Formats: sequence, structure tokens, C-alpha cells
Amino acid sequence: MTAVLTCTDVTKRFGSLAAVDAVSLTVERGARHALIGPNGAGKSTFFNMLAGTMRPTSGRIELDGKDVTSRSDAWRSRAGMAKTFQHSSLFLSLSVADNVAMAAQRVTGDGLRLRRPAGRCPGVDDSVDRCLQQTGLTHRARSRVSELSHGERRQLEVAVALATEPVLLLLDEPTAGMSAAESGSFAMLIESLPADVSVLLIEHDLDVVFRLATRISVLHLGTLLADGDPEDVRADERVQQAYLGTGSSEELFLPGVGA
Amino acid sequence: MTGSVTTSSDMAVDRVTTTAPGSRRTVLRRDLPVAVVVVLALLSVPFFAPPELANVLTRILALALLAVSLDLLVGVGGLPSLGHAAPFGVGAYAAGIVAKEVTTFAPAQLLAAVVAGAVLSAAVGWLVVRARGTYLLMLTLAVAELVHVLAGRWETVTGGTNGLVGIPGIRLVPGGEPVRLAGVRYWYVLVVALLCFGLIVVISRSAFGRSLRGIRDNEARMSSLGYSTFRIKYTVFVLAGAFAGAAGSLYTVQSRFVSPSDLGFEVSALALLAVVIGGRGSLWGAVLGTGLVFYIRDEIGPQLGGRGGLLLGLVFIAAVYLLPRGFAGVRLPRRGREVTS
Repeated sequence: MTAVLTCTDVTKRFGSLAAVDAVSLTVERGARHALIGPNGAGKSTFFNMLAGTMRPTSGRIELDGKDVTSRSDAWRSRAGMAKTFQHSSLFLSLSVADNVAMAAQRVTGDGLRLRRPAGRCPGVDDSVDRCLQQTGLTHRARSRVSELSHGERRQLEVAVALATEPVLLLLDEPTAGMSAAESGSFAMLIESLPADVSVLLIEHDLDVVFRLATRISVLHLGTLLADGDPEDVRADERVQQAYLGTGSSEELFLPGVGA
Repeated sequence: MTGSVTTSSDMAVDRVTTTAPGSRRTVLRRDLPVAVVVVLALLSVPFFAPPELANVLTRILALALLAVSLDLLVGVGGLPSLGHAAPFGVGAYAAGIVAKEVTTFAPAQLLAAVVAGAVLSAAVGWLVVRARGTYLLMLTLAVAELVHVLAGRWETVTGGTNGLVGIPGIRLVPGGEPVRLAGVRYWYVLVVALLCFGLIVVISRSAFGRSLRGIRDNEARMSSLGYSTFRIKYTVFVLAGAFAGAAGSLYTVQSRFVSPSDLGFEVSALALLAVVIGGRGSLWGAVLGTGLVFYIRDEIGPQLGGRGGLLLGLVFIAAVYLLPRGFAGVRLPRRGREVTS
């Protein structure tokens, strides 16, 4: 397998505090990679550096073999990195279909065409239909985003991200604020994504993480505590300690708990 | 009030149905008759109305085009401007100077005005569209005031504070007779305004128009989708300037006079007022808004002993409270849920 995303010694300092301290991490092509960690572990800072909204103090980030460390988020998107945000970031006054079309017409280049009617861009319309179908939103295509439920907005975020034809999809706490049922169907959606899209998932909900992830990295106090198969991470004592502060916390990672 | 007006009112509904084929056709079938009737009614005005009315309508049409071009910028693209009179006035000066020095052939004046408006906006926009919201509002206002002062000082070109006087009447055929009838002038302005309006509607409904709405709704998301938001904003700023320049040329056709006050703050503010009253982003609403604003200022205002501004202020307050979406929002509740364009 080849690496889609390679982070080498990525560090972010705020004054004397190292929020992320020399983290090296590799996301393989086609992986379902989860990044977990207790509150304050530096997950969001790390995500922001990957997404391009924050520059690392030092270190190097490579996407698909290209150095993107100092590239803008727009550049990264064009290079194949898509992301969904912790708080939905959509076009509220537009329809669901138009939201997806916005991403699709950037890829096809129609977005700057003055004479091409918005409803008649064949490449864009096909992409919209496909992405809505993949995310189960076809029946909502004509609804306005402001009418969607929280869970549906999350689905739409994924549809918009898919329409940019990414090689890597970054999901920042996608199930935050979701009901158990919504989380379950969201996990199903992620499972159904095409295999050639690599996914890096930053997530609190450990049920979702252990259900989806083929590899898990654990961040704690800015450093990488563990990085490996779900089984190894589940068994890792330091990880359990980081989460609960004691050594006796086995039920935390027992499969099925809380599901 | 124009051919594309009614279709644009349904544009919002239509756009939502991008994935449902055939919807565009049904919209056309429903609205085309209305559009044809409106255009025919406008075309027939000179046959039954006195020349004074044709003159008033000519002036309002020119200002309506200014307001619609501003609506493309503010309502569709979400870029507020308090300086849209600058490209309008520069276009008017360019048209007037071409008429006096070069040719009275009207399309040549129109072309000069479009180029002047676009060039001014291209020069100014390169800097100002990098700002957002209130900062953009203040920057456009500052630039327009600079242009306003320049128009008053640069006497050799603009005639200074006396204005550009003695603009000859237009000709519609090169070397032909100058147009003397108010009705013919009106037709020329109506046809050009309709053409420009149609172009603005096409732009608004295009894939680029969708990008503009994306900028209006969530600029940060646009750039995280990989767009160069500067490119989109700069393009629409220049386009809006070009159409404002065209409006300036149409304005001189009837007034045959340009003064620095034509690119002053009041014109910018009234155009913005017309857009707000009409309903941002609907384009046709701006036309109605212009009609109301300038009817109050020019026709009712003088009868109130110069207190037209007071009435305008009251209308504005009433519009904001009673019609938060302007005229364009009035009939939407009947349709069930609406999608703001």
C-alpha cells in the first residue's frame, strides 16, 4: 500500500505550549484511519493543520506525494483533499442539489462559466446525482439546506466532499451531536464509501471508531501515544490510562458497549 | 417589467429543480405570456402617453439598469457597495464626451461607457474586493467619493462643477438624423436596458451565478472547495461596473447633461435603497424598487416642498419591517417554501 497522507514531525507551538508535538503519521491508500484522543489532546489543532487553516510551526505534510505544508486550503482541495467540519459549513439558502453542484462545478471548471445555465452542466449534474445517491439524499435534492435535520446536513457534508473527487477525506468529529441511531446510519454511510477514497476520521464516539477503523492513532497531550491495528490499540495500557487516568478501565474498549 | 423579469422571479424555484428535467420548460410556459405582455405594454407607451411620461420612464429605465447591476453584485454575489454610482457616472461622462467630441451614434457612446465602467471597476476592484462586509462598503464609498471630487476638479475633461453641458442628441444610424422624438429615445433606451437585463439574468442563472451565491452564502466554504474566491468576486465586480457604465450612457441619452452629482453618494445610496426595497437577489425586484424610489424623489418630492427624502426614509423603514424580502418576497408565501435567489 502507498501513503496518501504523510505527516513528518508536525509540530504546533502556542508560545511555550506544544499543542501538537512532533507527530508523524501515515494514512495508507484506501484506509479507514481514525484519530482519537481525550479532550485537549491536540486533535483539532492537528486537523486544522491538515486542512490548511493553520500552519505548523515545523514539520512537513505530504498529500499524495506533494508537499502541501504551506499550501492554502483551496490548493489542498484541488490536490484531492476534502473535509467536513465539526460545525456544518454549507450554503444555507441553496438547495441540497445546488450545494453538491457547487463542489462538482469546481472540479469540471463550469463554476466560472458565465453563459452555461446552472441546470445544464452534464458533468456536474451526473456528479450531483451520483453523490446524492451514495449518501442517501436523492429524495432531498430539491429541499433547502435550512430545512434539513442535523444528521442530514452531515450526510450532505459528505456528499459535497465526495463531489470534489477526493483521494483523501478528512472527517472532523462527524457524529458530534448525533443521536445513537443517526451515528449508526452515518457509520453505515462511511462504510459504503468507495474503497479508493481514503478516510481520516477524527472522532469521539469510540463505538463508531472501532466499527469503522482499519487503523487507529491515539493522540495524547500533543504526542502520538499509539498507532496501529484496532486490536493493538484496544489492548494498549497507556491508551486506557490516558482516557481514564487509571489502569483499570477495560470496559471502555469492550466491543459493543453503549451501542 | 421586462421580458426576463417574470422568468427570473421563478428562477429560484427552477434552480432547485436542477435535477428534475423539464422544469425549465414548464416555468417558461407559465411566465412567457406575462413577459410578452409586459414588454408589449412597455413598447406601446409612446403611442398613448405624453412625451413627458416617456422622458420620465427613460430616466427610470436607465436608473433601473443601474439598480439591477448593483443587485447582481449585492443580492446575488453578496458584495455590498456604496459606490456603484462611480462606474455609472464615469460611463455617463464617457458617453457624453464621445457624443460631443467623436460621434453622436448612440451605440458608440454605449460601448465607450461600458468600457469606461469596466475599466474603472477593474482598477478599483483589484484592491477592494479583497475586503468584506462593512469594510467593502466603506472602501467602495471612499473610491466613489474620490471619483466624485475628481469629476468636480478636472475641468478640462468633465466641465468641473458646471457639469458636462451641451451633449448633442443621439443618432441611431451613423450620419443619419438626430433623434428628436421622446418616444424614439425611449425605445432605444428600453431595448438596450432589456438586452442588458437579459444578459444579467443569464449570468445570474449560469453556473457562475451559482458560484456567486456560494460566495454570498459561505465564502470560506467556497475556498475550502478549491475555488479562487478572489477571481469570482473580481469578475462580478467588473461585470457590475460594465453594466453600470451602460446605465450611465442611457442616462445621458435623455438628460444630455452630466454633473459630478450624478456619481455622488446620493445616487449610490438610492440605487442600494431600490435594491433593498425590491428584494435582494431577485433582479426584477430592483426594477420595481427603482421605479418607486425615483418616483418618490422626482415626482412626489417636489410637491412636498423638498421633503421627498423624509418620505423615502419612511418608505425604507416600512419596507424593512413589512417586506423583509422586498417586493420579490411578497408572493412567495403563496408558493409554499421559497428559495431566496
